[in-house]
Amino acid sequence: MITLAHLLTLSAILFAISIAGIFLNRKNVILLLMCVELLLLAANFNFVAFSRFLGNLDGQVFVFFVLTVAAAESAIGLAILVVLFRSRRSINVEDLNTMKG
Amino acid sequence: MNPNLLLAIVLLPLAGAIIAGLGGRLVSRMAAAYVTIAGVAISCVLSLIVLKQIYWDGVPAFNGPVYTWLVSDGVTMQVGFLVDRLTALMMAVVTFVSLCVHVYTIGYMHDDPGFKRFFSYISLFTFSMLMLVMSNNFMQLFFGWEAVGVVSYLLIGFWYTRPSAIFANLKAFLVNRVGDFGFVLGIAGVLYYTGSLDYTAAFEAAPRIAQESFPLTSTTSVEALGLICILLFIGAMGKSAQVPLHVWLPDSMEGPTPISALIHAATMVTAGIFMVARMSPLFEHSELALNFVLIIGATTALFMGLLGIVNNDIKRVVAYSTLSQLGYMTVALGVSAYGAAIFHLMTHAFFKALLFLAAGSVIIGMHHEQDMRKMGGLAKYMPVTAVTCWIGALALIGTPFFSGFYSKDMIIEAAAASHRWAAPYAYWCVLIGVFVTALYTFRMLFLTFHGEERFRTAHAHAASHGGEGGHGESHGSADAHHHGGEPHESPPVVTVPLIALAIPSIFIGLFTVGPVLFGGYFGDSIFVLERNDVLAELGHEFHGPVAFALHGFITPTFWLALAGVVTAWVFFLWKPGLADRAAEALRPIRTILVNKYYFDWFNENVIARGSRLLGRALWRGGDQVLIDGALVNGTAATVGRFGGVVRLIQSGYLYSYAFWMFIGLAVLLGWFLLRS
Repeated sequence: MITLAHLLTLSAILFAISIAGIFLNRKNVILLLMCVELLLLAANFNFVAFSRFLGNLDGQVFVFFVLTVAAAESAIGLAILVVLFRSRRSINVEDLNTMKG
Repeated sequence: MNPNLLLAIVLLPLAGAIIAGLGGRLVSRMAAAYVTIAGVAISCVLSLIVLKQIYWDGVPAFNGPVYTWLVSDGVTMQVGFLVDRLTALMMAVVTFVSLCVHVYTIGYMHDDPGFKRFFSYISLFTFSMLMLVMSNNFMQLFFGWEAVGVVSYLLIGFWYTRPSAIFANLKAFLVNRVGDFGFVLGIAGVLYYTGSLDYTAAFEAAPRIAQESFPLTSTTSVEALGLICILLFIGAMGKSAQVPLHVWLPDSMEGPTPISALIHAATMVTAGIFMVARMSPLFEHSELALNFVLIIGATTALFMGLLGIVNNDIKRVVAYSTLSQLGYMTVALGVSAYGAAIFHLMTHAFFKALLFLAAGSVIIGMHHEQDMRKMGGLAKYMPVTAVTCWIGALALIGTPFFSGFYSKDMIIEAAAASHRWAAPYAYWCVLIGVFVTALYTFRMLFLTFHGEERFRTAHAHAASHGGEGGHGESHGSADAHHHGGEPHESPPVVTVPLIALAIPSIFIGLFTVGPVLFGGYFGDSIFVLERNDVLAELGHEFHGPVAFALHGFITPTFWLALAGVVTAWVFFLWKPGLADRAAEALRPIRTILVNKYYFDWFNENVIARGSRLLGRALWRGGDQVLIDGALVNGTAATVGRFGGVVRLIQSGYLYSYAFWMFIGLAVLLGWFLLRS
């Protein structure tokens, strides 16, 4: 029998993986974007799980909004990435430290 | 009395000063002179009317505000007038002498480029002095006090291109600041004990304050009224040039001669004397303060007179004489003979202004030569000046029947009659002072007007080094062709004021001594405790001015004065060589006198240098190290160092920021969970 705890654990694992991806990835900005997507999906998973166990559809409706926003965000992210590559000939995260104080 | 009348007396000279000073090209040179003279002349006439109303018509004294400036914390600051008999007398003296000097200035400053500026200043001075004497509260008194100080500063430095003038006016200003510091503290003391700046309130509170004591430290205290009076008197010491704050007055002779006559002899320097007389209800209740006043005055009277004997500059001799006479007035204040002080102030104003203007006339006649060693025999060339100067000198040394006799003899008698513990010292000082006065006065007369005519050789000498004696005084270059010529009598604008002043110098004492000193002229404007009232004691022996003068011939005072004259005659006219031999024999004393008791040396080397050292230490230590180093730059450096540490965690990498955000979130969440 799958309980709420199982689902929440899975969601937490997904979240942790994506966070770790953000921290550990030193090579590719695309990977960062994917990690952000995964982060949102982990959140969506929670929405769906709670919606299912509380018998309330609001959570699942919310997931659609989140997915929409995530798609828009990826599009913008990729666009920025293209511009970035044009100007710096690199999408290596190690090179992107212009915010250094 | 109509307050508008009083306002007119004060404001007319101010209006004149503004028109002459700020009129620019709209006002021509002579227009400036006429406007200011008209203002002061009307003011003088109105003052005489006020004097007549108060004394002869018996109009009661006016005491009231005309304008309220501000009210702060219960203290009202007002412009107000207190015009009683004392004030009326002062107003008449101030405006009359001022008027004479205005007229005289037309001649003396004739070719000076600063002609209009000069008239503006002296009118402004008249305004300030009237504000001072007519005030009915300490605030306005202080305003007038400072205003006359400023005008004095401006006028001493009138020829502002001369370094010596700039030095002198700065010195006058700084020395007066020392006095004013005490004065302000005195006013603060009055305010502290009475909560009011009004004279009336302070006078009424005087017996009460006399009972109180003011703690200096936790264990010692001093009587409160004595402290207040001494502090006020320190202000008077600055303004009236009493030892040791006298050093500015001889140097102030750098100013034009009319100024020396108006400000530094007749009026401004007597402000301190007037102030103490005005504050007599305060001073009367403090034996301590009066003894202090007495000692200072007596010291000034004798020791400043001695300096007059060794000076060769004609104006400086008269300046030291002024110091000495101010000392006499202060002695009179110190023995509670306020009336005698004011009386001497009045007679002195006339004969000292006369002497100064005569000295100025000599300076004009000698083409701006001030050194008496280069004069001699001038009586033949300048008869009017010589005669008027003789009159002034006779009045000054106290020849019976002249004005100076009555006032000065009264002061000496008062000092003899007083019971203060400092009175014997004061008596001997003023008595010996009589001899000294006669000696330096007649030395000046003999060197200037009689004896060998030394100016012919002297002039050739003076011209060879650019007329150094003239110090570039006004028309130095304009009539350079006169150099080496005969000395000439001055024009009528100069001699008429001399004559106008010579007449009161002779007669004013004779006619006023009875009513002013013994006829109760001052009424309740001067307050004397019965046990201190030496003038009343003298009044029992006073049988009219003529009898008093005849009695004067058999007093030691007269014989001392005569001895001084004879000494001067022997040394400087009969056997001129003797003076040099005497000077040689008394070399140590002469050295001290020539160096003016080393007051200037002390001020310049100890006080000025000490202040500069202290200032340098505070600058280096306090300002540069503490404030600039530790506080200002220190704050910036601390922020910089902190930033330097903090910037180490700013890597610029997105992932590290995200990591720190996550850590922060985790810590906050953890704290949130664990707390509950």
